[in-house]
Amino acid sequence: MGAAQAKTKTYLGVPVRRPKVAFFDFSSCEGCQLQIVNNEATLLDFLSLVEVVSFREAMSERSDEYEIAFIEGSITRGDEVHRLRAIREKADILVAFGSCACFGGVNQLKNRFADQGWVTRTVYGEHPVETSAVQPVDRVVPVDLRIYGCPVKKEEVEKIVTNLALGKSVVHPEYPVCTECKARENICLFDLGEPCLGPITRAGCDAWCPTGRAGCWGCRGPAGDVNISQMEAIMTDYGFSHEEMLDRLECFGGFSAYTGSLGKGVRRK
Amino acid sequence: MTITIAIHHVARVEGHGTIKIAIQDGELLDARWEVVETPRFFEALLVGKRWENAPYITSRICGICSIGHTLASIRAVENAFGISPTVQTSKLRLLLKHMETLQSHLLHLYFLVAPDFFNKGSIVPLVESHPDIVTMAAGMKLLANDLCDCIGGRRLHPTRTVVGGFTMLPDKKELSRFRGRLNDVTADLVKTVELFGTFTLPSFERETEYVSLRGEDCYPFIGGDLVSTDGVRRREDEYVQMTNEYGVEQSTSKWCRLSRGSFAVGALARINNNAAFLHPAARDVATGFGLAPVVCNPFMNTIAQLVECVHVVLESITLIEELLDSRWEAPRQAVEPREARGIGAVEVPRGILYHCYEFDSGGKIVKADCVIPTGQNHANIQHDLEALVTRYAAEGKSDAEITKLAEMLVRAYDPCISCSVH
Ligand code: SF4
Ligand code: SF4
Repeated sequence: MGAAQAKTKTYLGVPVRRPKVAFFDFSSCEGCQLQIVNNEATLLDFLSLVEVVSFREAMSERSDEYEIAFIEGSITRGDEVHRLRAIREKADILVAFGSCACFGGVNQLKNRFADQGWVTRTVYGEHPVETSAVQPVDRVVPVDLRIYGCPVKKEEVEKIVTNLALGKSVVHPEYPVCTECKARENICLFDLGEPCLGPITRAGCDAWCPTGRAGCWGCRGPAGDVNISQMEAIMTDYGFSHEEMLDRLECFGGFSAYTGSLGKGVRRK
Repeated sequence: MTITIAIHHVARVEGHGTIKIAIQDGELLDARWEVVETPRFFEALLVGKRWENAPYITSRICGICSIGHTLASIRAVENAFGISPTVQTSKLRLLLKHMETLQSHLLHLYFLVAPDFFNKGSIVPLVESHPDIVTMAAGMKLLANDLCDCIGGRRLHPTRTVVGGFTMLPDKKELSRFRGRLNDVTADLVKTVELFGTFTLPSFERETEYVSLRGEDCYPFIGGDLVSTDGVRRREDEYVQMTNEYGVEQSTSKWCRLSRGSFAVGALARINNNAAFLHPAARDVATGFGLAPVVCNPFMNTIAQLVECVHVVLESITLIEELLDSRWEAPRQAVEPREARGIGAVEVPRGILYHCYEFDSGGKIVKADCVIPTGQNHANIQHDLEALVTRYAAEGKSDAEITKLAEMLVRAYDPCISCSVH
């Protein structure tokens, strides 16, 4: 990957070995990978910390020698299962990268239809296209680390990758988005007439959406201590329907345990 | 002697596509552009969802053009519910759109295309050999992305863009700083024009029908009639007659056709149909590269993108000045759902994007359709690939050269494959 990465990086005066990393895309919008490229201000620093050996979206070179594999996207077809297993065998650390990989992402909304044949016909008519139920990565192979978000937040990715390169452990917040939202002194969206899943969603995004006055849709999945009935009570109090709450809960798949138990998670056409 | 070339999952393009070529004694046996990307079924995912889900979910069709998807989706919902955006909203949306065009085109020009002309596999080796170029490219892209953050809340899957307007407006002081940064970028664009002037593009041409939106009095970006260089003209809501989607064996993306077997959309198509509306400085750049409509060299799409970079930067400076000169009005209009059908056409970086939704009286989606620019280009890529390989095989080019040219051809279309399959 060129001389740019050959220089040894030091941390607190100690040379740091640059781990070989590879990015792999499955069923996704490739937005999480793009967030790496979108990191213009610190992209070169980032590239000096790790040795990127495979990144099809940006590089022609490919190598099967890697220690950390970033998996973007959900698993929706048999060939993806095989490809993922092969990657798992080669990687020391496998990272589920983004909500699609962690929970199935928006793609898992497909699973809410009982008749999957209808799903295929609606889009492709009588022209058959292979597909199966959408699965998050950990349904197929063991996952060592998750990076949440749709899209992942580039600052958070850098922090996590730095920790990985330095061999430090990665700890995700257990507290909800509300904590970060209040720290940013935002007016609560419920008071502005907007629903928000901030009270039950895992923080770490720095209240990205609420700070833009857009309610949270739960892309990072549940916080440590989730009280769904309390959330529903808040929604009802502020005049939002059960359906509006369900739309948000089921959007990215992180709350599938709860949407299932609500008994309305599977809706037919 | 039979030569077979197979490039599985072409690199430096978005998504998974494969090129297969077979040549016997300098003659083409077969050339195929296959799209093997996994479908995600967005048109089905939306069924049963309330209207406010549409822009939010469909922006996830694509990471590179998520702003374009959001705006096409919002336009479709607004057209269905009879909402016309205010002048302020329209200007902010156009500015946001311009910055998406700029970051996407720069990504293509520098990260995806330029390495081919330096005979490198990626931009990374250029960090050492041409640090000034990489720094400049990253700086311009950063500006575009920062301005997307400022207006849309973030550069990817925007948060503040909603049906009816915006959840909040950008800070005017911040906006005025961007005017300065945009001015600085014009100098970098001049250098970019010089750099691309040193690259020799393949001289390959093939007669093609080019389709784009038509601006009434300005270069088209959001909404408008559909036109083609073969003389077809249709209203926005007649998009189905323009796109005629159909399924094919070799692709999980549908293909399209209009007057002939295939047509092309994108920057080159926009310029081929709307050159008169380009900013004069952008038109000068086009002329300098010999881009005088109608140009039928698909490799020139890259140059057309460069011309558009100049256009959108200069137009954005004007837009910011107009916004700074006006008083902020309410950011958002109320939405009254009704039983209706709405279509939104937007020129995204790779061509015309259509979203169409049908709603029940409660504002729930009963049917959705999204037609993606790269889907409209696939058949044309296939036909270009056949013609390209036929010509270069007859000229006796080596299979390494043909492989590179075939990859460069696909790359010139800047395909967004996951998006086209969706
Ligand atoms: S998590 Fe979101 S941004 Fe990332 S690939 Fe999936 S849809 Fe795209
Ligand atoms: S806006 Fe959302 S995240 Fe912020 S405090 Fe209110 S509920 Fe919590």
